[in-house]
Amino acid sequence: METTKKICAGDVRSASRLIRDLEDKLPQARPRLKQLFPHTGKSFIIGITGAPGAGKSTLTDALISEFRKQKRTVGVLAVDPTSPFSGGAILGDRVRMLRHAEDEGVFIRSLATRGALGGLSQAAGDAIHVMEAMGKDVVIVETVGIGQQELDIIHHAHSVIVVLVPGMGDEIQTMKAGIMEIADVFAINKADRPGAKQLQTELASLLNTSALPPSAWRAPVVSIGNLYEPAGFAEQTAELAQKISEHHAHLLISGQLALRMERKALMEITDALKACILEPVLNKLIASGELKNITQRVKNREADPYTEAETIARRFLKSGEIS
Amino acid sequence: MSARKIRVMVAKPGLDGHDRGARILARCFRDAGFEVIYTGCHQTPEQVVAAAIQEDVDLVGLSCLSGAHRVLFPRVVDLLREKNASDITVIGGGIIPEQDFQMLYDAGIKAIFTPGASLDSIVDWIRTNIQGRD
Repeated sequence: METTKKICAGDVRSASRLIRDLEDKLPQARPRLKQLFPHTGKSFIIGITGAPGAGKSTLTDALISEFRKQKRTVGVLAVDPTSPFSGGAILGDRVRMLRHAEDEGVFIRSLATRGALGGLSQAAGDAIHVMEAMGKDVVIVETVGIGQQELDIIHHAHSVIVVLVPGMGDEIQTMKAGIMEIADVFAINKADRPGAKQLQTELASLLNTSALPPSAWRAPVVSIGNLYEPAGFAEQTAELAQKISEHHAHLLISGQLALRMERKALMEITDALKACILEPVLNKLIASGELKNITQRVKNREADPYTEAETIARRFLKSGEIS
Repeated sequence: MSARKIRVMVAKPGLDGHDRGARILARCFRDAGFEVIYTGCHQTPEQVVAAAIQEDVDLVGLSCLSGAHRVLFPRVVDLLREKNASDITVIGGGIIPEQDFQMLYDAGIKAIFTPGASLDSIVDWIRTNIQGRD
């Protein structure tokens, strides 16, 4: 209870520690999350996604400044990859956001993917809840650098910003499914580089030929040039913030926000089910050594994975051993 | 299945741009399985401490090659104490003359690694001294 109060009062230490407990899956973390849940759901959640080095962190930094100008408090979750070999990670997104380090209206927390493949980490959804409970007006979630279809962000964010850079391929790339479909706002970053005009044209053609009804939201495209030409950069990032706010307004007015919240709730319950059914079962099978035996039998073709899974499911569901 | 992942921050306080050592350490910690928050050069002690708290790290490793360690390192420890975060361990490294060691230990720096210290010895120190913190 104490922790809940502190977090709702905005205490960074307690919030940061709870996020860590959630990442480390400590048993005491889940009850705390339950207590926090009623205090969540009020923040505007923005997802920033795109390829490695596209400029997600730099744009996040610029967006923090914009929202702070509007006197809104900001939480940032920045995801970087975990090494598949050592389990370690370099979390370097903060480097781009140093000027906000001491601003008490800004809470930046780095997360490592820890094996998650959807562009976020398993604890990202929970970490968003913690920041919401702290009362952050805006939560920016920066994904790990992604390719074409690490799209978990759409289940968490209200508005998704896809950051593109010139020179990544021709118009066939822009036609493809996946990342090009999820943008609520496109940012063409490093637009001072060759190929930016072409990318702009291709995006325009993609958006103009889409079969959306007239009332639907059409993802605006914002071109952002060189960070080292501060006047232009500031103007362009302000425009990006403006387009994001317009999208938020559209979600509210059109009723889309409710749909997105519903999609998020569905994902949350699905994830929670996995965490409270699948994980304990796997943990028990690992602890008893059974999983190893089954793996061997399947490898030797003495058993098939489908029957094995059904047998295990029947056993655990009947015995009520899951907890 | 819950095991604490060790989280460390590698920071360079002060006006010193020599970050080769800090970067090598950051990678070495990554390879040791730690999560490493890397914040780059030219940090004020206030920035280092704010980031350490937001990231909930177990340990802050400060690197300084400019000679300002006598001021900057103790300042980080003091600020952590002020913020009720003295459970975060602070270690330091860089060009640090031996006659300054005692002064830094007295100020609350838990270990000092100077040129010649092996990467393994630093990782081992962290594993030995950080595990079990909660």
